[in-house]
Amino acid sequence: MAEVTYRDALNQALAEEMERDDQIFLMGEEVALYSGAYKVSQGLLQKFGEKRIIDAPITEAGFVGLGVGAAHVGMKPVIEVMTFNFAILALDQIINNAAKLRYMSGGQYTVPIVIRGPAGAGGSLGAQHSQSLEQQYVHIPGVKVVMPGTPHDAKGLLKSAIRDPDPVIFIESEKLYNVKGEIPEEEYLLPIGKAEVKKAGEDVTIITWSRMLTSAVLPAVEKLEAEEGISCEVIDVMTLRPLDIETLINSVRKTNRCVVVEESWPQSSVGSWISHEVQKRAFDYLDAPIGHVHQEDVPMPYAFNLEEATLPSPAKVVEAVKSACYLNR
Amino acid sequence: MASKTQSKKSSAGSDEKARASNSHDIKTHVTAHGKARAAQHSSDDEKVPIGRPQVKLDDDKLVEIFRQMLLCRRFEERTAQMYQMRKIQGFCHLYIGQEAVAVGSVAALEEQDYIFQTYRDHAHALIRGISAREVMAELFGKKTGCSKGKGGSMHMYNAETRMMGGNGIVGGHVPLATGVAFKSAYNDLPEVTVCYMGEAAVNQGVFHECLNMASLWNLPIIYIVENNLYGMGTAVHRASAEDQLYKRTEGAYRIPGVRCDGMDVLEVYSEVKAAADRARHDRRPTFIEAITYRYRGHSMSDPATSYRNKEEVQQWQERDPMARLEAQYPKLFTKDMVKEMDEKIKEEVQDAIKFADESEFPDAEELYTDVYVDCAGYPK
Repeated sequence: MAEVTYRDALNQALAEEMERDDQIFLMGEEVALYSGAYKVSQGLLQKFGEKRIIDAPITEAGFVGLGVGAAHVGMKPVIEVMTFNFAILALDQIINNAAKLRYMSGGQYTVPIVIRGPAGAGGSLGAQHSQSLEQQYVHIPGVKVVMPGTPHDAKGLLKSAIRDPDPVIFIESEKLYNVKGEIPEEEYLLPIGKAEVKKAGEDVTIITWSRMLTSAVLPAVEKLEAEEGISCEVIDVMTLRPLDIETLINSVRKTNRCVVVEESWPQSSVGSWISHEVQKRAFDYLDAPIGHVHQEDVPMPYAFNLEEATLPSPAKVVEAVKSACYLNR
Repeated sequence: MASKTQSKKSSAGSDEKARASNSHDIKTHVTAHGKARAAQHSSDDEKVPIGRPQVKLDDDKLVEIFRQMLLCRRFEERTAQMYQMRKIQGFCHLYIGQEAVAVGSVAALEEQDYIFQTYRDHAHALIRGISAREVMAELFGKKTGCSKGKGGSMHMYNAETRMMGGNGIVGGHVPLATGVAFKSAYNDLPEVTVCYMGEAAVNQGVFHECLNMASLWNLPIIYIVENNLYGMGTAVHRASAEDQLYKRTEGAYRIPGVRCDGMDVLEVYSEVKAAADRARHDRRPTFIEAITYRYRGHSMSDPATSYRNKEEVQQWQERDPMARLEAQYPKLFTKDMVKEMDEKIKEEVQDAIKFADESEFPDAEELYTDVYVDCAGYPK
């Protein structure tokens, strides 16, 4: 096992896959000469040349759509959006083209594109640069949505995403890029569409993904187990679409309680949909309403204290779990 | 031989009637309620690089070009009828009047080239490798349609013949076409991509984003604007600050813009052939503005009466591309020959209707296929 950052894990995945298949190219703003706004593509220009590592103009709809076009005639584009806040500009290309070309054509095309980049709060970046917009994609049949929370998962899932024949929206976390974790020395892939039980437990199931796993859920679990004696089962969804609902339901049937923790807003969110699916399929097993920890329903404020107050935190998760266990009364 | 008359210098007070009667004056944009738009840029107009010498085509090719235009016309006439009978539903945009653009341009391409069309795509489908049966069946929503009944009027595809749709969002397909040209350049393949769009698409952001990238990266692509003078009911000069659209690309993107008479199939052919050569050999994009006209409304629900009048439609019908080709080659297109061809085409279309009518709707299980490559167990 080697210890690498989330950033380097992604970089390794890109390099290994590009080595394997010359139809893979990386395109995005500042990915080549600048080495990536977040340095995920560091060194790739030197390794693969400017034909395959391509600096795009700031023109998200244009280069995301170009990638979709290249993908449906056999290429394997990896399109980097500097952040998913900017991918809003390319939503038409993702929703109307990437997600639908196969269906509209009666199965004549495949669209093996990966659209990747960071999302979520990065720390005092203000309202337009701190959004968790996975809901926009999870809503759309025809795309897959992957959100890894550790370096290990980031590498294994990105390699699988690049090999996947369908369009994959691969959402990283700005705040995880420097986080270190262990990954195997040898090549490995992780399956898209599989959730993982990150920690087994008995009393409550906590469902989460991306940065919330390490920034809110695991610290809360430590506290809950040490101070409250509540045994928590933690599930990292990892792929939001297609959702591995079986793993979630199996856990809830065992623990009888469930809390969903997500970084985005509560209304029509992925978390609220997961809650719906869980109650629909495990209603008779539930001993309490499903808890929901989420970002406060306001645009992201700049002030440091307000930003902290709006995001999910270990303390908020502790409260939600205690509520689900009726320990707050 | 149709002459390429250059626009006369004219002012707002010029004689509209005289201009309208000049059937070759493609720069006379007859606009709302028959009022000719003042040619404010008339001095520039004289520099318009139109009137490229027409390439000589052999008789077989001329006949095939004529046959394709007639097929599109007859097919669409019956399509309108089928729509009224509710055999076809939803949005349905007819191409009648514009045939010379699709036919002239596709005739100038090679087998390995790609075409991308807007939602007005029945004609492009018919002449780019999709049979009349498959297009009609798609319109009827049947499983034998070219997109298995899942695409409909606006989404006709044949991946094999590189007919790439059929796209429903104005300008939304321009990046796709640009991406295909990127693939050709990346793999050093002698392929050309043609991206058609209506004139209203040039005000969409992605149009400009893509022209910029195509020029920056030397992509083998031809952007063809089918300027039928109206984006739905909005006349081009009411939507575009520079309504001489071919002028918008050279200065901004170093992509040469040319304008051609989109009612003249041989002129379209000549321009596209030159642009295709340029794309294939020099790897440079071209922008072509083909001035054309749709005789019918924007879609089946548009009677086209509030924004234009009958006289205007008639004036354009007098320039009909098929009549023009007939007049140009009277020895080739004799009355008997055209009549015989017309009868054959009508039979072909009738056969397509029968085929579509008798075909089955898609099986219920088809609802959940083609969402992903592997749809086993979908949705959970």
